[in-house]
Amino acid sequence: MANYYQPEIETASREQIVAWQNERLLKQVRHVWDNVPYYRKKMEEKGVTPEDIQSIDDLHKLPFLTKDDLREAYPSGLVGKPLSECVRIHSTSGTTGKRVMAFYTQHDVDLWEDCCARAIVAAGGTKEDVVHVAYGYGLFTGGAGLHGGSHKVGCLTLPMSSGNTERQLQFMCDLGSTILCCTPSYAAYLAESIEEQGLRSQIKLKAGIFGAEAWSEDMRHDIENKLGIKAYDIYGLTETSGPGVAFECSEQTGMHINEDHFIAEIIDPDTGDVLPEGSKGELVFTAITKEAFPLLRYRTKDICVLSRKKCSCGRTHVKMSKPMGRSDDMLIIRGVNVFPSQIETVLMQQGYPANYQIIVDRVNHSDTLEIMVEMAPEMFSDSLADITKQEKDLVAALKAMLGIMAKVKLVAPKSIARSEGKAVRIIDNRKI
Amino acid sequence: MSIHQISVFLENRTGQLAELTQLLAAEHVDIRAISIAETADYGLARMIVDDVQKASSILLQHGTILSMTPVWAVEVPDRPAGLAELLAILAKNHVDVEYMYSLFTHRNDTAYMVLRISDEAAFTRALEGTGIKVVSNEDLDLK
Repeated sequence: MANYYQPEIETASREQIVAWQNERLLKQVRHVWDNVPYYRKKMEEKGVTPEDIQSIDDLHKLPFLTKDDLREAYPSGLVGKPLSECVRIHSTSGTTGKRVMAFYTQHDVDLWEDCCARAIVAAGGTKEDVVHVAYGYGLFTGGAGLHGGSHKVGCLTLPMSSGNTERQLQFMCDLGSTILCCTPSYAAYLAESIEEQGLRSQIKLKAGIFGAEAWSEDMRHDIENKLGIKAYDIYGLTETSGPGVAFECSEQTGMHINEDHFIAEIIDPDTGDVLPEGSKGELVFTAITKEAFPLLRYRTKDICVLSRKKCSCGRTHVKMSKPMGRSDDMLIIRGVNVFPSQIETVLMQQGYPANYQIIVDRVNHSDTLEIMVEMAPEMFSDSLADITKQEKDLVAALKAMLGIMAKVKLVAPKSIARSEGKAVRIIDNRKI
Repeated sequence: MSIHQISVFLENRTGQLAELTQLLAAEHVDIRAISIAETADYGLARMIVDDVQKASSILLQHGTILSMTPVWAVEVPDRPAGLAELLAILAKNHVDVEYMYSLFTHRNDTAYMVLRISDEAAFTRALEGTGIKVVSNEDLDLK
């Protein structure tokens, strides 16, 4: 018996999902036209009125929203409800510039928490579970989202927040946490600490829900083996409420997008044209149920593929692949597109830890790529020749994967800052 | 009888060696021999210490990456040609030396060389009947 939180929605027929989307999209476009002058102006500039949108087939007529729009409208220019009806805000860390601030009515918080509850149940969660939330609490959406979802399922919820690893491990052992929610890099760090302290026999984890960062299949296997759990991916952005926009089921072959709340499109990032099903491109979301922050056609910058292949879990909602990189995280080095996830994959395949840092610089008008890699006990020996050979193999594997030469620098274990929130993977020193 | 060598990964950073030796000093571990091999970006220190268990547990507690390797300690007369004679015997018998370094002792007429040998059987055969003495942990007062 598969586990669903809202079975009638999660396994609804295609026709039913489309019917919901049509109805909700029309209502949402009207709501935005009436209440969000910023977007209304964009529609007017494009010569589109709410009457032009009669079904989801007309979605492509609407203008896009980008992060630049969010910055321009900062802090509350895209809010669709009076602030007196809003009950909460969350905000991005602002690592790429000005913060994005998202607003929620109680209705919005409820729907968001439903989405997170679906993810927890899909990972095997029931009211018997102890959910250990080690995402950051506060402005970051990770803690609040999974916390709310866990409440809805009726799990005992541990609001750990991130950091203070000793305390995390103590609670994990003392209260028998069964589901861990955090960033994948922090999960890897906790797994290492559990191994070092010989606590494996004292932990009762069975599943993990990890998101907010790019992570590879190899990293998934590594975490699963070290913790003896099944590791599930979860996807979301502050702009679209937070984690839970899409989540993985037992099949672990992509994340089901909650299509009763979000319409997903894949576009060509250069032309903005909608691409046919199965194409790789930029993911665009239209929130059709959110009241306070009703973003239409928001460009995520995440590159992925959608699939409507029948899923063995019984869910009918479309699946998105793991993002293959963010179009704005993508590095262009000597004219070649480089995704950090590619580097991570090579490191794991070659036996190095997935904790790395990429340093890009420009020397004599030519880009340089240096990758700091932590030495691992398995890779070390008394022979400099052996270590150097492994290093050369790594450089060759990186060259094969990336198409350009990267300089590898081996550093001491744990010398690259571990993320208790988001890892700083890329340092780009180029002044272009 | 081989003896135990500890090898430690060293990042190329000021103070790395000072930190390593300080860790051992604080726990009264005596370093009998040390040799450094380096590349532009990192290095490794190979050591013979008086208490190998104690040293490795201290280093592991501090997150150091290390490996243990059996190496051979050989008595060499402390005079001109002492080392040359030993190496000539090994060369004649086609025994490759991966690396070697010298070991301090309290005696003044004998020196010791620490050798890393890949073909240990050939090494043992080569020294048979030569009068060259391979010394053990006990001979060197190592735990």
